[in-house]
Amino acid sequence: MRFSHLHELGALCAEESTTIGRLMIKEQVQETNTPEEEIFRQMSDYYEVMKEAVHRGQTQDTVSRSGLTGGDGKRLAEYLRAGETCSGDASALAMAYALSVSEVNASMGRIVATPTAGSCGVIPGVFISAQERFGWDDEHMVRGLFAAGAIGYVIANNSFISGAEGGCQAEIGSAIGMAAGAMVELRGGTPEQAIHAVGLALKNTLGLICDPVAGLVEIPCIVRNGLGAVTALAAADMALAGVRSAIPSDEVIDVMLEVGSAMPSKHRETAKGGLAQTPTGKRLTESLTRNIPAKKDKS
Amino acid sequence: MRFKDVFSIIGPAMTGPSSSHTAGAVRLARVARHWLGVQPDRARMTLYGSFADTYKGHGTDLALIAGLLNYDTDDYRIPDAEQCADQAGMEVEFAVSGLPAPHPNTVRFELWKDEDQRTLLGSSIGGGNIHVQQLNEFRVNLTGELPTLVLLHSDKPGTLGVVTSALGAADINIAYMHVDRKGRDGEALTAIETDSPASAELIAELRALPYMYEIRMINLKKGAESDAV
Repeated sequence: MRFSHLHELGALCAEESTTIGRLMIKEQVQETNTPEEEIFRQMSDYYEVMKEAVHRGQTQDTVSRSGLTGGDGKRLAEYLRAGETCSGDASALAMAYALSVSEVNASMGRIVATPTAGSCGVIPGVFISAQERFGWDDEHMVRGLFAAGAIGYVIANNSFISGAEGGCQAEIGSAIGMAAGAMVELRGGTPEQAIHAVGLALKNTLGLICDPVAGLVEIPCIVRNGLGAVTALAAADMALAGVRSAIPSDEVIDVMLEVGSAMPSKHRETAKGGLAQTPTGKRLTESLTRNIPAKKDKS
Repeated sequence: MRFKDVFSIIGPAMTGPSSSHTAGAVRLARVARHWLGVQPDRARMTLYGSFADTYKGHGTDLALIAGLLNYDTDDYRIPDAEQCADQAGMEVEFAVSGLPAPHPNTVRFELWKDEDQRTLLGSSIGGGNIHVQQLNEFRVNLTGELPTLVLLHSDKPGTLGVVTSALGAADINIAYMHVDRKGRDGEALTAIETDSPASAELIAELRALPYMYEIRMINLKKGAESDAV
C-alpha cells in the first residue's frame, strides 16, 4: 500500500482526485495482484453476509450460546415502529441493526469481522440502515466498505483493533472510526472530511476498556455495538457540517496506542476487571461455569 | 505492516462469536490439518491463556474441530462440528494448560494419522489473523495468508538454491521464507510463503530432489485441500 497514515491517504486521494473507497480498490489490486472484479466481488459477498445477519437478527430468535443475551435488536425495532424515539429514527434503526448483527454473532451465526467479530455490528448497522434511508445501490455501499477498510488498515497498523491488545477502544472504537469515515464518503463528503470524522469518533472512545462478562463477547459488547453505530452517525454529521478534529486523526490513533498499552491487563479482555468483576458479572460467570458441561474426554 | 490488505480488516466472513476465539481457531486448525496432509484419526489440543479460560462459551473447541475437518471460517456446520467429527471418525480431546504461552490465545495441536504424528503451536492474534510459531520442533513464522510450501529435508548445501530456482522457473514469487534445522547436517524445515500456489507437478518435481523427505502445501483459500505428497 502506498499509505500507512491517514494524512497520506488524504493526500493521495487529493492528488488523484478520487475517493478513499476507489483508491483502496486500486491499492488492493496492486498489492494482491488480483483483478478488480474479483476484489469487488469478494467485498460484495461480505456485504451480502452483513445484510443476511441483519435480516436474521430482525426476524429470528438469536439467543446466545450462553443464554445471557438475545432479542434486543428486535425489541428496539419494535419500539422504533411503535412511536417516538429519543435519539431519532435514523439512530434507532442503526442501533437496532447493529444489535441484531452482534446477537447473530453471539449465537454462532454468520457475520463478517469488521474489524473483529466483537465489533461486527457497527458497520452493518450504519451501512444498511443508511442504505434503506437514502436509497443507495449496493455498488455504492461496497465502495463504502473499501473506504472503511482503508481507515481500519491505518488504525490496525499504527495502533490496534483487538480488545485483547488495546481495550474496547481498539475494537468498537476502530469500528466506529471506520463507519464514521465511510459514512461521510457515502454521503458525498470529501476525503478530508472523512478523515476528520475518524478522529472525532476515536476521541470519544479513548480509554474504553474491554471487560467481557465471563470472557464472552456479549455483555457489554452487544450494547456497545448499538451505541457505537449512533456515535459513528453523529461523528459523520459533525464532519459533514465542517467540524474538524482539532487533534489530527493520525495523532488520535497514536494516542489510542499509548492509552491501550498503558491499560492494565485486567482491562484488556481477560475478564479480570471492569463489568466482568462486578457482583453481578461474577455471579453470571459462576452460573455459566456450572451450567456449561465440560467436554467429555473421548480418547 | 502487521495487517497487509483490506480483507484483513473487513473480513473474514465467519461464524460467531469471536474472531480471535472462533475464526482464528478455525484457521489455526486448518493449517494443522494441512501440515498433517490429511484428516487426522485423532487430535489432542492443549489450550493456553484466554483460549483455556473461555473456550467453551466461545465455541473455540467447535471451531478447532471444524478446522481439522477443513471447514472455512463461515461454514454453517461449525456449531455442529462435534457431531461432524464423530461421523468422520475423528477422535478429539481437549486439555487446558496454565503454563505461559507466546500469546494469550494459543493452542498446541498433536495430530495422529496411522503412524504419523505432527505437532503445531500457534496463536490467534486478533481479527481472525493467526501466527504459527512451531511445526513439530521447528520454529516458523507463518500467517496462513499466502499459500505456503513446507519442505522437510536434510541440511545439505544447495538444496534451497534448487528449490528457489524451480519456483522462479515456474514464475512463482517468494514472499517470505523461514528456515530452521535440528543441527548442522541434520533434519531441516523450510517454509516458503508464495504469492501464488505451486502446482501439483511442481511439488512432485521438488519431492524428487535428493535429501527431500516430504512436502506439504498449506493453503487456506476457500475450499483448498492439503496436498500430501
